[in-house]
Amino acid sequence: MPPHGYSPSGAVLNEWARGDLAVTGQMQLFGRFLVRLMTTAITLLGVAVIVFVVIRVVPGNPIAMMLPPGATEADIATLTALYGLDKSIFQQFVIWAGGVLQGDFGMSITTRQPVLALVMGRLPATLELSVMALVMAVFLGGAAALGGTLRRGTRTEGAIDVGAGMALSVPDFLWGLVLILIFGVLWPVFHISGRVTPSLDLPFSSNFYLFESLLRFRFDLWADIVSHMFLPALALAIPLAAIIAQLLKQSLKETMHLDYVTLARTKGYSEIHVITREALPNAILPTLTLVGVQFTFLIGGTVIIERLFSYEGLGNMAIDAVINRDLPLIQGIVILFAVIFTGVNLLVDLSYALLNPRLRHG
Amino acid sequence: MAEGRGQITRRAGLRLWLAGLWLTALVLAALLAPWIAPKDPLAQDLFLGRLPPFWVAGAEPGFLLGTDSLGRDVLSRILYGARIALVVAVVAGSLTCLIGATLGLLAGFLRGWVDTVISRLIEIWMAFPPVLFSILLIAVIGPGLSSIIIAIVVIDWTRFARVVRAEAMAQGAMDYVASAQVAGRRRGSTMWVEILPNVLPTIVVLLTLEMGIAVIVEAILSFVNLSISTDDPTWGGMIAEGRSSIHHAWWVIVFPLITLFLTVLSFSQLGEGLKDRFDPVLR
Amino acid sequence: MSYLQIRHLSARLVGAKDRLLRDVSLTVERGQVHGLVGESGAGKSMIGKAVLGILPQSVEIVEGSIELDGVDLLQLSAAERRRRIGAHCALIPQDPLTALNPSRRIGPQITDRLVQILGWDRTRAETRAVQILGEVQIEDAARVLRSYPHELSGGMRQRILIASAFAAEPKLIVADEPTTALDVTVQKQILKLIAQMQARHGTALLFVTHDLGVVSKVCRSLSVLYGGMVVEDTAVRPFFAGPQHPYARALLAATPKYTDPLASLQPVPDAVIAQVRQEVKASDKGWFHV
Ligand SMILES: Nc1ncnc2c1ncn2[C@@H]1O[C@H](COP(=O)(O)OP(=O)(O)OP(=O)(O)O)[C@@H](O)[C@H]1O
Ligand SMILES: [Mg+2]
Repeated sequence: MPPHGYSPSGAVLNEWARGDLAVTGQMQLFGRFLVRLMTTAITLLGVAVIVFVVIRVVPGNPIAMMLPPGATEADIATLTALYGLDKSIFQQFVIWAGGVLQGDFGMSITTRQPVLALVMGRLPATLELSVMALVMAVFLGGAAALGGTLRRGTRTEGAIDVGAGMALSVPDFLWGLVLILIFGVLWPVFHISGRVTPSLDLPFSSNFYLFESLLRFRFDLWADIVSHMFLPALALAIPLAAIIAQLLKQSLKETMHLDYVTLARTKGYSEIHVITREALPNAILPTLTLVGVQFTFLIGGTVIIERLFSYEGLGNMAIDAVINRDLPLIQGIVILFAVIFTGVNLLVDLSYALLNPRLRHG
Repeated sequence: MAEGRGQITRRAGLRLWLAGLWLTALVLAALLAPWIAPKDPLAQDLFLGRLPPFWVAGAEPGFLLGTDSLGRDVLSRILYGARIALVVAVVAGSLTCLIGATLGLLAGFLRGWVDTVISRLIEIWMAFPPVLFSILLIAVIGPGLSSIIIAIVVIDWTRFARVVRAEAMAQGAMDYVASAQVAGRRRGSTMWVEILPNVLPTIVVLLTLEMGIAVIVEAILSFVNLSISTDDPTWGGMIAEGRSSIHHAWWVIVFPLITLFLTVLSFSQLGEGLKDRFDPVLR
Repeated sequence: MSYLQIRHLSARLVGAKDRLLRDVSLTVERGQVHGLVGESGAGKSMIGKAVLGILPQSVEIVEGSIELDGVDLLQLSAAERRRRIGAHCALIPQDPLTALNPSRRIGPQITDRLVQILGWDRTRAETRAVQILGEVQIEDAARVLRSYPHELSGGMRQRILIASAFAAEPKLIVADEPTTALDVTVQKQILKLIAQMQARHGTALLFVTHDLGVVSKVCRSLSVLYGGMVVEDTAVRPFFAGPQHPYARALLAATPKYTDPLASLQPVPDAVIAQVRQEVKASDKGWFHV
């Protein structure tokens, strides 16, 4: 499916979702899971090899860049040897991969700190942003789908269709800019930069600020964090919300024609009850698969959105790392993203199998 | 109900027209930029920095949409920016399409080890965060127009490959392919003569959508300062410039943003419209 | 005493000129079975759906009344209508394979309405479910109530749907071709079951079918439909003795006789079709002025 976190083509997405379902139905659950684990491992290895090679064909020595202008050739040579950059790419890869298997991702060249610690320090910020965006997308998209189904065939439904079409056509980056203009400048109700107001004292012991502020009942901090997160999360959420709205509405409407839904209507239930209790549980499965895959795109979108909103997460750090040619850090971040993406996909497959009563009890 | 259906088609038709109109205007602007741009897009004049657009008090005649912090004319830069945007859209879009669709067609029709290799590659590609990947590529091959195009092709070919592969697989399972084989058509020729024409509408739609995406990618790369040179007029670069002065000179970001927004929207509406035209069953 | 009384009911596709139901009037007496026959597309299901308030959104009622126990449903607010229908009516659907929600267990699909709409307490509803399943000859009710629909056979599911319809002791049940989707061998049992349950509970039944043979065995009275129009509305006995309308007569001639299944069947003659078409058209005269 398309990169850049969005796809303008609902129908095509639908095709993919259906294809995936068919495969799930055909194969034995456990066997499928094993195969998935193996291909995931191959995928991760492939990602590692590609980043490793790509960033090492960079013209110009990263070590030379980080030293002050007066540094001697000897200084450069010592440092290059220190970071292992004098060896062949293959040797470097073997050393690096050996370290990774022991949890050692090397040292960042610019900050001279372990990559793993740096990355893990930033990961919570990105996770909180992504999950917040996902929740917003599910909420917005679900509401639009339910509303459109409730008012099917009316102008309301038409308006929802047009709105979703627009929301889907424009990627998160542009929505971010639009939101900055509207809610950051025109009507400044939200913060447009950073993760938390710098002057605040933070009592946190982890980097999950949003989560921890709730645990500590620091609602003042919580509100400040949400106010910083709201716009970037919304920008990430809008395209996904549109996909959810389109797909869920379509499958809801298909389900609404089925006999058991009609039967439920004769029993005296309200339309809302019929939709949410009878139709929704059956209509949600195709959407769920798709949301899982789309969630990885959303996470991929955080890279540029964090940059746009100066949000101190993984993506922002990644762009800095690229600009500074911090090879070990780039490697670490890309691998982490790949692990998250493939992990989410695995989870989606698994939850699909668990949620489908036909597979569970078949 | 019949009436409602008619309305929907009419509205979709209108959207298609508007999108076409905007893109035509853009092509004209790009072609005629040297003649219609009121100023030199690169000319700096620090005394004329951050002039507001013409209807706001303090505007200077001649700078219709105002100037940026270096005193460059916003309108002229937008017009010249259309050149870069459209070149990227057309060249990167077509190349991506060519490579991605070919790989997808091969994988979907030939199946076997070809499919295994290509599918595995797609899966690896899908595990990269695309924006980061493109930034990384530009950092490696160095900024410039051709680098941007290369980066887009390298990253986005999977979009085509995935869809075309699925579509070619579906077509390959149809009876008409079997009967062509029975009639003695060779596999390679079946692919070009029987499968490709049926997949072509999908490819054209994807191509249109990809052009919109290419414009966005260029803007994103300009935004992180990795596109072309910072002087060259690109919409993304203008937006990055405007982002830093958003509170005192909103026009620097607003006009390129509107242009970019409408362009991306138009490409995707065009794609959706084409999809409806080609395949009434899809909707 | 009539329980359901439909008067001059006309319906059409929203925005279309032609009507799907043309001035339909019929009566279902308390505790009696009324048959609704006609060829495919005659509008039989449409009438059933109108009574139960589940017409597709693309169909609108343009005139007439549907009185349930003396109250015109069409005059009520949507919520009130829904509540009334839910409390007093039920549907036995055509296709048992699609009429049960695949993602929910059987139990709640029977009891939810008793609890949520009729306000029973849960234990009473569950006892009732077991009891009513017993009435339709399902023995291991406890297991069935815990099952998902896909774990049960088609005949079993149809029994469940019948039980579910009778569970709340409705006054009126609409059965829309309840056996056409089933195996021929199961059809008879299910028909017999519906007839038994109807007699035992004294429920009024609007029985939709295109099989006059079934009507002769199950129904007390019947309406023959053609093109959304009632061409004959009479008691069963006089009907089978000799229908008034030529179309009804032809339809009867086209039905295999119970007594003589091998007798040659007459398709409905073209002349009769032409005549009834004429009548349908005539009934549309002057209608547009309304
Ligand atoms: N959802 C709908 N939208 C539009 N027209 C419909 C719809 N459902 C049914 N119709 C039309 O209404 C008419 C009556 O249909 P109905 O389903 O009542 O026929 P029926 O007598 O039950 O036939 P069958 O024996 O096939 O079930 C038909 O002409 C049909 O085409
Ligand atoms: Mg019917």
